[in-house]
Amino acid sequence: MPRTLKTEAEEFRQMAQPQNRTPLRNFLVAFAVGGLICFGGQVIQEIIMVFGPDKDTASMIVAIVLIVLGGIFTGLGWYDELGQFAGAGAAVPITGFANAVVSAAMEFRQEGLVLGTGARMYSVAGPVLTFGVVTAFLIGLIRALI
Amino acid sequence: MINLKKTGDTVFFSTTPRIFSSFSVVGKKEGRGPLGSIFDYISQDSLFSQNTWEKAEMEMSKKAVQGVLDKTNLMPEDIDFLLGGDLLNQIVVANFVARHFQRPYLGLFGACATLGESLFLGSTLLDGDFGDQVIAFVSSHYQTAERQYRTPIEYGDQYPPWKQWTVTGSAAFLLQKEGGSVGITQATVGTVLDWGIIDTNDLGGAMVPAAAQTILTNLEDTGRSPGDYDLILTGDLGIRGRDLLRKLLKKEGLGELDNLNDCGARIFAPDQKAGSGGSGCATSAVVLSSYYLPRLEKGDLNRILLVVTGALLNPTTSLQGETIPGIAHALVLERMVD
Repeated sequence: MPRTLKTEAEEFRQMAQPQNRTPLRNFLVAFAVGGLICFGGQVIQEIIMVFGPDKDTASMIVAIVLIVLGGIFTGLGWYDELGQFAGAGAAVPITGFANAVVSAAMEFRQEGLVLGTGARMYSVAGPVLTFGVVTAFLIGLIRALI
Repeated sequence: MINLKKTGDTVFFSTTPRIFSSFSVVGKKEGRGPLGSIFDYISQDSLFSQNTWEKAEMEMSKKAVQGVLDKTNLMPEDIDFLLGGDLLNQIVVANFVARHFQRPYLGLFGACATLGESLFLGSTLLDGDFGDQVIAFVSSHYQTAERQYRTPIEYGDQYPPWKQWTVTGSAAFLLQKEGGSVGITQATVGTVLDWGIIDTNDLGGAMVPAAAQTILTNLEDTGRSPGDYDLILTGDLGIRGRDLLRKLLKKEGLGELDNLNDCGARIFAPDQKAGSGGSGCATSAVVLSSYYLPRLEKGDLNRILLVVTGALLNPTTSLQGETIPGIAHALVLERMVD
């Protein structure tokens, strides 16, 4: 028979609680980096509007630009470093969505274009799409009813 | 019936099977670590000239097995049994390596504790006189493990500082009935122990109770005290897990264990961004092969208790909210003076 330990499992779980959590640092860095990405988007929008497009068109172009940049930074291997540093600050802006799709597309390329990249590129970003569509449907329903 | 070869959960080998030789292969990051230069083969290319990560791990593991054959001038047909395993689904790496070598093969899975399983079973086969030469091999690879257990490599999620880094590496050990100066005298086979750790970034913590239990069982069965070992060496608890194990064993009445260390805590330097240290089958295998076996051979150490640890989770069970069971197998390695 194995030796039974005197320590209780509950006691051990208390002992094993990580001591080096840094929530305050994480909040501040996420706020700063996420804010900077959005600020960058705003700057791009203002510049585009100088050349004529109205606000709606300009914000659409901003989304495209940020998604492309997020994809490129992912491909260069920079975005995961940013994510490790900034957490939600890197994940929440639209660049984070691009990162989720592009990183999966790259990862599963080894299993082929169709069943690898094609099938699995939304394996990380999938929930965002699913719940985005569900939310849009619900909001649309509410609008149609009132 | 009285069992002459087993006391409690500890097997006492009567013929003392030997670890005759071994060969280690590691990736670039491991090669840059504090133990860097001592590994037998350091690859600068984590793809090992292949086009997929899985093939890379197979190539790496094959290199380790071929390496130990070359080192000892043996041919595959000289080997009675191949015992191997890895972390991937269906232990596919070990299976494909065995496809290459065409010898009687048993594929083993014990998560990161697979090395303990293979060395134990290899010794048992030799001690039972079922063969003269057995190769035990294991591998793990950062990229293959990450894509199976976690998220795509380039995905920007934030890991906590206590997460461990899967070691890219493989080692193969040639076990023989005689010759060589390191013998396996006893082995304690571990029991699965689950103390309810649920954080999949805290595998070190999840394995600590199993490691503690196996160490205590070994000491009881052999009648030894911790000081009878020059070193108690755990597999891949990492820095945090090692310190937690020290704390737990102190609580269990073993006192301050200055002679306890962990392979995962030693393989990376603090500035290598590897969190709490190395994890994966290869951690204990490559560190044992290239660092501790030579120290035993030289006589720096005379008797070590190798405690190979494993976290028995899979991505499905953890998504379903299951806790993480751990296991640890212990082997007593002694310097033999013939």
